Amino acid sequence: MAEEVQVLGSWASPFSKRVEMALKFKGVEYEYIEQDLKNKSPLLLNYNPVHKKVPVLLHNGKPIAESLIILEYIDDTWQQGPPILPKDPYQRAHARFWAKFVDDKCMPQVWKACWSEGEEREKAMEEASKALEFLENEIKGKKFFGGDNVGLVDFSANFLAYWCGILAELSGLQFLTEEKYPNLTKWADEFCGCSFVKENLPDKGKMVHVFNGLTKAYTSTV
Amino acid sequence: MASDEVKLLGAWPSPYVLRARIALNIKRVNYEFLEEKFGTKSDLLLKSNPVHKKIPVLIHGENPIAESLIIVQYIDEFWASGPQILPSDPYNRAVARFWAAYIDDKWYPNARAILMADEGEAKKAALQGAIEGLNLLEDAFLKCSNGGKFFGGDKIGYLDIALGGFLGWIRVIERMGDVTLIGNCPNLLKWGENFAGDDSVKDVLPETEKLFEVAKFIVAKTKASAKH
Repeated sequence: MAEEVQVLGSWASPFSKRVEMALKFKGVEYEYIEQDLKNKSPLLLNYNPVHKKVPVLLHNGKPIAESLIILEYIDDTWQQGPPILPKDPYQRAHARFWAKFVDDKCMPQVWKACWSEGEEREKAMEEASKALEFLENEIKGKKFFGGDNVGLVDFSANFLAYWCGILAELSGLQFLTEEKYPNLTKWADEFCGCSFVKENLPDKGKMVHVFNGLTKAYTSTV
Repeated sequence: MASDEVKLLGAWPSPYVLRARIALNIKRVNYEFLEEKFGTKSDLLLKSNPVHKKIPVLIHGENPIAESLIIVQYIDEFWASGPQILPSDPYNRAVARFWAAYIDDKWYPNARAILMADEGEAKKAALQGAIEGLNLLEDAFLKCSNGGKFFGGDKIGYLDIALGGFLGWIRVIERMGDVTLIGNCPNLLKWGENFAGDDSVKDVLPETEKLFEVAKFIVAKTKASAKH
């Protein structure tokens, strides 16, 4: 039976892009189905009834949700491509730990800092800086978080390599500066230079337009 | 320390620590349990989990592993010859991981808020959320168990451990909050009994009465410090 792989995603979402990057990395062909998040399709609601979010991977009609879980599924299923996770159990635990750290402790704080003000913004910036310090230490001496090749943590941190800079510019903040985080900055360049990443980055102009729209909507309700 | 020595930093009331202990028991791994004193963090804890400074931490030889679900997966993968904890099929693995993440990210914050939130809308919303969550898990149980006693089928698996860690606390929340949670889910209720009686669980599952005392203390402390 021919394999059917589909991705329900959103063009601007780093979570959605993680999955596309990983599939391209593995050399797996898939059909991409763009989702309108303001008007969620029956398809999305049917395949992710619990969270109603993107991304969702459909493999021969079976849905998998939550991007990091999808990445592990991709690695488990398409073993002929390059590995996303190392073979050694301790290295695997290490990768899972840092991938989760990015999602739980880094991204939310960066996001919060961009959309908040005053004391709340200061606190979020402080938390984000602490998280970035840990990641700066973690990448030291390595080309990628995964070592010589890209791995789970690199995909997880995709937001930092690209989206973060754009958001920061728009909110007048600074996160990943070369001065403060030289190793992370270098990693971001390397990561964005990979073909499976480069081909999957949302257009900057389009993103600025969307974020400005979001800002307008946010400030008009304040 | 020998390269194969296993230590677990934890505390007996913690649902997360319990997960690690059950996984070690399933694999029949000998380990030293190092109990952290409530309210303090030992030097060993701070050294082996500098990022989060939390229990549990599994220390295997020189290698520290933190985050309970990551620890359980590590135990499953390192001691691969023992009974399997994660399903062997990649899709079923993804489903088990999905629900385990749901329990930690969505369900538990609601359950906790039943005790911690002030009376009124917040508490009502938390209870509603927790009940809805358990209904989803009741459904998931029917799909995953394939007629068996556990989410893992005939034997305890990853999702059993993920939810089972909270079993004692669910009972405590029901009692302290005077609410019904698992009581309204007949399959989960039966599952809970089977889980509690399993060989790898029964010696490490804390007594509900003792947990109840700890809960009273924690809730009072949390509410008092929130007021200042």
